[in-house]
Amino acid sequence: MAKHIFVSYVEDKPGVLNRVASLFRRRAFNIESLTVGHTEQGGVSRMTIVVDADEMTARRIEANLYKLVNVLRVDDVTNQPSVVRDLALIKVAVTSTNRTEVMQLADVFRARIVDVTNESLIIEITGAEDKIEGLIEVLRPFGIIEMVRTGLVAMSRGASSVSPNPPLVAAALPEGAPAQLDPAVAMSV
Amino acid sequence: MKKTGAQIVWECLVREGVKTIFGYPGGAILPTYDAMLDYPIHHVLVRHEQGATHMADGYARASGKVGAAIATSGPGATNMVTGIATAMMDSSPIVCITGQVGSKAIGSDAFQETDVTGVTLPITKHNYLVTRAEDIARTIREAFYIAASGRPGPVLVDITKDAQQGTCDFDWDAAAPQLPGYRPNLRALPEEFQKALDLINNAKRPLILAGHGIMMSGARKQVLEFAERAQVPIAMTLLGLGAIPASHPLNLGMMGMHGEAWVNNAIQQADLLLAFGMRFDDRVTGNIKTYALNAKKIHIEIDPSEINKSVKVDVGIVGDLRETLEELLPGVKAADHSEWIDYINEMKGDSAVRDIQSLPDTGHLYAAHVINDIWHYTSGKAIVVSDVGQHQMWEAQYYKHDDERSLITSGGLGTMGFALPAAIGAKFACPDKEVWVVAGDGGFQMTMAELATIAQENLKINVAIINNGYLGMVRQWQEFFYEKRYAATPMLSPDFVKLAEAFDIKGMRVTKRSEVQAAVEEARAHPGTVVMDFRVEQEDSVFPMVPAGADLHAMIRRPKRDVMAETGADEGEWDLGATK
Repeated sequence: MAKHIFVSYVEDKPGVLNRVASLFRRRAFNIESLTVGHTEQGGVSRMTIVVDADEMTARRIEANLYKLVNVLRVDDVTNQPSVVRDLALIKVAVTSTNRTEVMQLADVFRARIVDVTNESLIIEITGAEDKIEGLIEVLRPFGIIEMVRTGLVAMSRGASSVSPNPPLVAAALPEGAPAQLDPAVAMSV
Repeated sequence: MKKTGAQIVWECLVREGVKTIFGYPGGAILPTYDAMLDYPIHHVLVRHEQGATHMADGYARASGKVGAAIATSGPGATNMVTGIATAMMDSSPIVCITGQVGSKAIGSDAFQETDVTGVTLPITKHNYLVTRAEDIARTIREAFYIAASGRPGPVLVDITKDAQQGTCDFDWDAAAPQLPGYRPNLRALPEEFQKALDLINNAKRPLILAGHGIMMSGARKQVLEFAERAQVPIAMTLLGLGAIPASHPLNLGMMGMHGEAWVNNAIQQADLLLAFGMRFDDRVTGNIKTYALNAKKIHIEIDPSEINKSVKVDVGIVGDLRETLEELLPGVKAADHSEWIDYINEMKGDSAVRDIQSLPDTGHLYAAHVINDIWHYTSGKAIVVSDVGQHQMWEAQYYKHDDERSLITSGGLGTMGFALPAAIGAKFACPDKEVWVVAGDGGFQMTMAELATIAQENLKINVAIINNGYLGMVRQWQEFFYEKRYAATPMLSPDFVKLAEAFDIKGMRVTKRSEVQAAVEEARAHPGTVVMDFRVEQEDSVFPMVPAGADLHAMIRRPKRDVMAETGADEGEWDLGATK
């Protein structure tokens, strides 16, 4: 089992998130995180889905995502050069004596202090998962009161976009297929 | 042109070619029912909405066209769930239209409100909630397109009451489907074809696994051309029966849990499996770890998510089967596999002598005899709709289907109660064909209220109840695997003859093998529906059998002699309901 990161473009319609989540539940795929947000295009949302799966399962997930009528495109960016980011807000218990120490630690991780009270700090950190894990580890002794993480978002590097077809089947759209069936056309990517 | 949402529903259904719709009215769908009277669509009033979905399913399977069903919100829609799941598992194209409470009331737990798109999400190919009259036309067009294209399946359209009542411009052409993410027609790349051809042209012991996809794709001609040229024997899945004529010399018969021994052994010994429009169901493979270890595998399948799902294949070709075979055929070389075919036929000879049909008449009535006689006297030309259980397997073994779409049965979901309503749908699809129901006493009782639908619609269907006073298949498992502890399997049934008569339908009872022929002929000659109660051996079992999860070659074979005679089972009074 290994971590796979999928980037999926979906139609921005009611219930689409439910369809994707339901698919993972129904097929017993192990989902680690799922984020969803708007894209540069109206009517199109983008999901970053992190799953724990072996290679064969990852290909099945991809094919099953493509089966959903509202899913426009799926890219497995796991092994592609890509930028992967997680954001965390961490509320840490501090006292007047150790506040400076905590702020220095945050600084080392290039995290930002976004809220200060007499008893606590909120630290905002963005980065790859291991960097965030590292900060959490050094903060834990001070007492983490509360924490929230967004889950991963990912984008492949470079200017080119990725093939709109599931590579597991080495399949392509037939020649002369109606343009409306081609997500590449539909999305003008 | 201004129309109400309700009128638009029917305008679209008429344009989609719907002639018959199966349904049940209710509050939230009333505006649509009111508009129905002005359109040339025959509405069949069912007795339970589950029946409506099975009828639409049976219609679709018999005709190859999309079946349509309609019901109200809440309980009307939830009653459809079993039928929708059945259609989903067997890739049957149906469109279900359900009423929904007014859009303002959604989420308020209004009377007869259920989140139907939520409930049916995992058991539909796609579903819709429509809250505006303006969206009805495009949604219904998309629903029919999605249901019928690619790998077919059920689509549900849930329409709020205010959307049905609202008024808007109706423009059919402007309402063309807009489905940017839907790609039903993927095709494999050329290199995959070459890989497949290399395996095909070098195989010594090739075998075709023929599934339901052959019929749905219309690929019978291509499969036969392939098999005959390369001399490849063919094993059938349950839903594939009829896709290739049973009488074709290369057709070996059914594979799987109750498939014939020579077929399963051929699979285990083949060096190349060609899976044509089938999905390696667990009832077909047995223990996956020991399945066809000698064989390379080529899977031609329209649904990419099926490839490598349960059986890892060497070449997966995504695409419509007919188109794919057309592309493959020029590269398929003529071959001679007579050694392999002779070998399989030798195995077959051994099994054939165990066949119950070759036993003399010892006074026992076996389901196999009944089904064999029905096959014989209908010349194998009937559409047989079977239910789920022992009789379903005997039907598959003893009714030799030569024609496509001549066997309709719930394979994937195994839905008891499917047969009677599905047969009604099949009869509407093919009014000129002879339609038979083969059902067990258990399954028949699940949906027997649809006899009233048959009576109201004045249909001619021959219903053969294979009555053994048990939930036979479960009883068989209890006999084999649970020390004959018959928990909740003995079943008391009503007098089916009297029951039929209560619906003004002819009823008959048959208890002897010698009476079967006359009964079948009498039923066929009768102008109306006939319900036939065949009182068969109570503790007969389906052989051969691969126990669930066992290796495909580890079959429990047919006993060599008459089981009942050997065990000295009671020859006297048929014990109706061993519960006494």
